[in-house]
Amino acid sequence: MSRIFLAALVMAVSLAAKAGVQIQHWVAPSGARVYFVESHDLPILDIDASFAAGGVYAPAGKTGLAGLTHGLLDGGAGDLDEEAISARLSDIGARMGGSVDDDRAAVTLRTLSYLKEREAALDLMRLVMTQPAFPETVLAREKARTIAAIQEADTKPDAIAAKRFAAAIYPGHPYGASATAETVGRIGRDDLVAFHRDYYSAKRATVSIVGDVSREEAERIAQRLTESLPAGIPETPLPAVTLPKAETVKVAHPATQSHIHVGLPAVKRGDPDYFALIVGNYTLGGGGFVSRLMKEVREKRGYAYSVYSYFAPKRLAGPFEIGLQTKREQAGDALKVASDVLAGFIKDGPTAAELAAAKKNLIDGMALRIDSNAKLLGHLSTIGFFGLPLTYLDDFPVKVAAVTAQDVREAFARHIKPEHLVTVIVAGD
Amino acid sequence: MKMNKAVLLAALLLPGSLLANPYEKQLANGMRVIVKEDHRAPTVVHMVWYRAGAMDEKDGTSGVAHVLEHMMFKGTEKVKAGEFNRIVAEAGGRDNAFTSQDYTAYFQIVPKAALPKVMALEADRMANLRLTPGEFGSEIKVVMEERRMRTDDNPQSLVHEALYAAAFRAHPYRRPIIGWMDDLEHMTWQDARDWYRHWYAPNNAYLLVVGDVDHQQVFREAERTFGRLKAKALPERKPQNDPEQMGIKRVTVKAPAKLPYLAMAWKVPKLKDVDHDRESFALDVLAGVLDGGDAARLPRNLVRGRKLAQSASAGYDGVVRGEALFTLSGQPAEGHSVAELEAALREELRRIRDEGVQEEELARIKTQIIASQVYKRDSMMAQAMEIGHFEASGFHWRDYDKLLEKLRSVTPEEVQAVAKKYFGDDSDDRLTVAVLDPLPIEQAKPKSNAKSGVAVRH
Repeated sequence: MSRIFLAALVMAVSLAAKAGVQIQHWVAPSGARVYFVESHDLPILDIDASFAAGGVYAPAGKTGLAGLTHGLLDGGAGDLDEEAISARLSDIGARMGGSVDDDRAAVTLRTLSYLKEREAALDLMRLVMTQPAFPETVLAREKARTIAAIQEADTKPDAIAAKRFAAAIYPGHPYGASATAETVGRIGRDDLVAFHRDYYSAKRATVSIVGDVSREEAERIAQRLTESLPAGIPETPLPAVTLPKAETVKVAHPATQSHIHVGLPAVKRGDPDYFALIVGNYTLGGGGFVSRLMKEVREKRGYAYSVYSYFAPKRLAGPFEIGLQTKREQAGDALKVASDVLAGFIKDGPTAAELAAAKKNLIDGMALRIDSNAKLLGHLSTIGFFGLPLTYLDDFPVKVAAVTAQDVREAFARHIKPEHLVTVIVAGD
Repeated sequence: MKMNKAVLLAALLLPGSLLANPYEKQLANGMRVIVKEDHRAPTVVHMVWYRAGAMDEKDGTSGVAHVLEHMMFKGTEKVKAGEFNRIVAEAGGRDNAFTSQDYTAYFQIVPKAALPKVMALEADRMANLRLTPGEFGSEIKVVMEERRMRTDDNPQSLVHEALYAAAFRAHPYRRPIIGWMDDLEHMTWQDARDWYRHWYAPNNAYLLVVGDVDHQQVFREAERTFGRLKAKALPERKPQNDPEQMGIKRVTVKAPAKLPYLAMAWKVPKLKDVDHDRESFALDVLAGVLDGGDAARLPRNLVRGRKLAQSASAGYDGVVRGEALFTLSGQPAEGHSVAELEAALREELRRIRDEGVQEEELARIKTQIIASQVYKRDSMMAQAMEIGHFEASGFHWRDYDKLLEKLRSVTPEEVQAVAKKYFGDDSDDRLTVAVLDPLPIEQAKPKSNAKSGVAVRH
């Protein structure tokens, strides 16, 4: 962070976090959208290249393709095999990683910003994104490991509950599909090559850069990383999410605890109700120890160690979910308490005191959410990938402050309709 | 690719380290205050570490250190239950706590304006906790749910619990931090109160503040809050060293799973003296050669090369109050057995014993150590954890740079020497092996949660 930025941050707090991060944005000649925060306090450079190449784009019957394609990017690229890639990264102390979710596939890099280390790291990042070789032997091994991991996960109550919940709230939609031994078994090298060619393009890419480089250097870096990406295919409309019918799904399992999820598809990125929903959810189950779910389920009754609710907005309607684990004999009682808390909240919304407390935490806590390069990178990537306003971080406290109890009630009524609420219980009696 | 050593070493000398940062002061009651100024953002990490963890418990009340950690959020004479969390949350911060074998620590991450408030609250609950049977009664249920979630329904956790219970006969590391379920079921609020009375005192704690603060101001605030508390005589701590192990130990855990899992643990030396011990650093580097990133030997040879392991890892923490273990663990790949994986892991140790390690591998590990230190500066919490953990084992934060220097000075010969000495022919005498024998979930019966002793019999 530059001194000017630091001064801005200090003021941000004294002005109730009103001003803040200077995000620079441009479109690289390659067509990639670039988001940049310059910060010279530490000799670190962080980059996130996010592609519209998540699970939602995998063809039916080949669930797992997005993850395998992403996972094999560093399985050999250009004239380097996977051992050479990992050795070179280790030799310069750089870390390349990433993640894949329903919407996006992200390749991330953290490197020292000294010219020599930085250049070597950027060469490797460019290579794995643009020229992955997807060797047959590596694919065969990673398919076997993926299948083994799936079969292992299918014995674990938390993993089973998460999968069944996604399947139940997104029936027939790729958001609800989980990879199986069969779908992974069907995936061949051609599928990876095609998926990379179609979805890892500059036009589908958002490059976020935070750290110890100048604007000019950042421009060169973004172009260099994206200029040789495949041409790709344009964004096509995603299949629509239809709301599920309310139902309770029970899955037998010998665990000592029941794993319970309650929820539905609720909100997409950029929805104007988003701020009312997160302010409300803070009181319901997002505010940790001070939330109603925590107080009623854990503090008063000792039913669970962990109980929470959240909204996870995606490109299409992402889930609202309440989750808890409790010993199986009392699953019914715990579910009843959680359901009553939800129903009461939907009906009455937060009290004036709860609303004020939620806003205070979300607004004053802003400083905590942007106090490292790593956190800033996450915000930049989300802002860029979902096309949120550049002023998103500055707007956040203002939008939160404007939410009224009525806004919360109305937003919850619009987004959480009981007739679509699905309950999944794994290891219930 | 060769590292530019001069540049990288310079990386460790960032502006902050040129000053006398961190700063330290001892209060009259014996409590040490350590402050690291970091002005990158207007936030603060505030932590109080108690030198009391699960290893200080007695048989029959295992888990009480962690239970008390939960009870610390249940209010004091002046502050109602849940009020601490509420005040921190309203300030825009977050708070929590964690318990290990060696220590119990409490933290708040807050906008800097809230620091005096959280210091006052933390000082208050160091001396004035209000423990009631009612609050205890509901919280102990929460802890039992935590145990079910973390351990009872998690086969790999069960394996590690069994591994430690078998590896140590006398040393308290044999007991799980979360406590045995039977001990939790029979714990009383007085057990928690006794724990608090014995161990919670300024002379058994240290305060750590990292963030956008002026150290002098923090010292003054510490005087006003923690400085008012009285020191206590602490219970005697017996060493409880484990008797010498006389042969290999093997344990099996049967639990619902698909893949088997293997964990091997050798008793090895810990770090006692930063200036004179060399073996502990060599063991650290040995763990790095095996599992320090993607290019290390276990992922390269066992996961990718021989395709024998689904996963494989090595671990060694020599910075502990108790005794140190060197562990190798992993899941065999489909079509391979735990016996094959065990043989392959032993083979990796044998190769290092016989052939040593490459200069290049060591250079890579040393580079990663430096890079990690630089990256750590992006997180106030990571910087606080580094100091807190090191201090908990009886070291002084000032020696941490020395530790890094020593790690970078380890030679290939030293790594080979510890491999020979601790993983040689007679090393099985100090080895414990724990295995997960997967039980198909269809065959596993739901476990009863009925309390032992009152279980229905027929």
